[in-house]
Amino acid sequence: MTTKTIEIDPLLNTLCQTLQQQLQSRNIDNPAMIGIHTGGAWIATRLHQMLGLSEALGMLDISFYRDDFTRIGINPEVKPSHLPFNVDDRHIILIDDVLYTGRTIRAALNEIFDYGRPASVMLATLVDRSNGRELPIQPDACGITLDTKTQQHVNLTGPEPLRLTIG
Amino acid sequence: MNKRNIQLDDNNRLRHFLSIEGLKRHILTDILDTAESLSGVTQQTVKKVPLLRGKTVVNLFFEASTRTRTTFELAAKRLSADVLNINLATSATSKGETLLDTLRNLEAMHCDMFVVRHVNSGAAHFIASHAAPHISIINAGDGRHAHPTQAMLDMFTIRRAKGEFYKLKVAIVGDIEHSRVARSQIHALSTLGVEEIRIISPATLVPACCETLGVHVYHDMRQGLEDVDVVIMLRLQNERMETALLPSEHEYYRLYGLTEEKLALAKPDAIIMHPGPINRGVEIDSQVADGPRSVILEQVTHGIAVRMAVMSMAMQSHLADAHSSALESSE
Repeated sequence: MTTKTIEIDPLLNTLCQTLQQQLQSRNIDNPAMIGIHTGGAWIATRLHQMLGLSEALGMLDISFYRDDFTRIGINPEVKPSHLPFNVDDRHIILIDDVLYTGRTIRAALNEIFDYGRPASVMLATLVDRSNGRELPIQPDACGITLDTKTQQHVNLTGPEPLRLTIG
Repeated sequence: MNKRNIQLDDNNRLRHFLSIEGLKRHILTDILDTAESLSGVTQQTVKKVPLLRGKTVVNLFFEASTRTRTTFELAAKRLSADVLNINLATSATSKGETLLDTLRNLEAMHCDMFVVRHVNSGAAHFIASHAAPHISIINAGDGRHAHPTQAMLDMFTIRRAKGEFYKLKVAIVGDIEHSRVARSQIHALSTLGVEEIRIISPATLVPACCETLGVHVYHDMRQGLEDVDVVIMLRLQNERMETALLPSEHEYYRLYGLTEEKLALAKPDAIIMHPGPINRGVEIDSQVADGPRSVILEQVTHGIAVRMAVMSMAMQSHLADAHSSALESSE
């Protein structure tokens, strides 16, 4: 199977614009952003800058909340999650690179709620692999929707340069 | 030397945690790294992660302990496990039940992990070699032999304060002969590759094996403390005086008690550690114990993260086994 590279910047622009519209229509003026380690954190770093958010960026490593802990075990490289703001009553934008089964987002939501009770959580992902969902989770904003086959791999490498490949 | 280390599974992952001896540096580093990640859990409003949800951890304490048992209990609870505390000094064993029968009964209750403290050296190892295969054993101190989680929390504390291990001079002061903590610390420090390990102790309290472990022995505290980065004080157990190994508390304090004056010989940024409980005015002066270079209370905090790391790593090996056998049976 051949590997195809997708240009990142247009996807980030689309994602950013959709998010701005969403924030406007929901009357949210001071959201807090959380990126999921690793790829989501890279995307979040870019979007955080593009949206000019004042609140520091939060990072989440959801390894301790995964539902496949028994299969893959603990990776000692797990980075401690760092949320530099109080989650209670905040409007949160949760960022990941690729949305596929939805299990990562399920784990992230569980972890966020162990920090407090947010006012709302929006989900934004660079890529939505629309036909692999195993849970009722959909993005509020995404850069591109891909109708990929199960055996394909969508891979983001980074942080500099960010490179998205499908193969 | 091909004897299998029962602490490890077929993939060389931690299955039980019984002693530092026999574990390679990468495993110790994995424990420290995992503990570092898990230390963030205390910042959450809900101070729990679901790693051991639905698992039952039994604290099997055949010997009294407050700090160790409490921090093991907190560690298990922060991993979402259910915890059972059994004080065996006051239970069935005193009615004549054998250790193995106690073990079989707990297995019959479908427990998943035993945290064992026992007065006899080798007790945790004995239980690990007789327990059902799905059970993990963590040694919480056995006789004079080992106290590996204490040693790892000390290593964690040292790494937090000092960074790399290879350029550190570490002095352990006190009753080395009777100390399982010191034994585990020496193995951990040497596996992690510190520059120098010194023990400072009266001649009556130095075990014979020290020289073979590459440790430098000092009887004069002033010489021993010179230029060290880390000072680890050990508790002086009162019963040592009764057996005439030491003249008196007063005399011990004069020679081996850590005071500001003696501490001045160590590096200016040296840290002071003690596994607790401390005897103020016996092995350590209050001014030092409560002073700016003391990390004694940090050690207690770090004990929880380190025990969380060890418990989740050991449980993971068992869960992976259960998962692969479930897959095989479904195929």
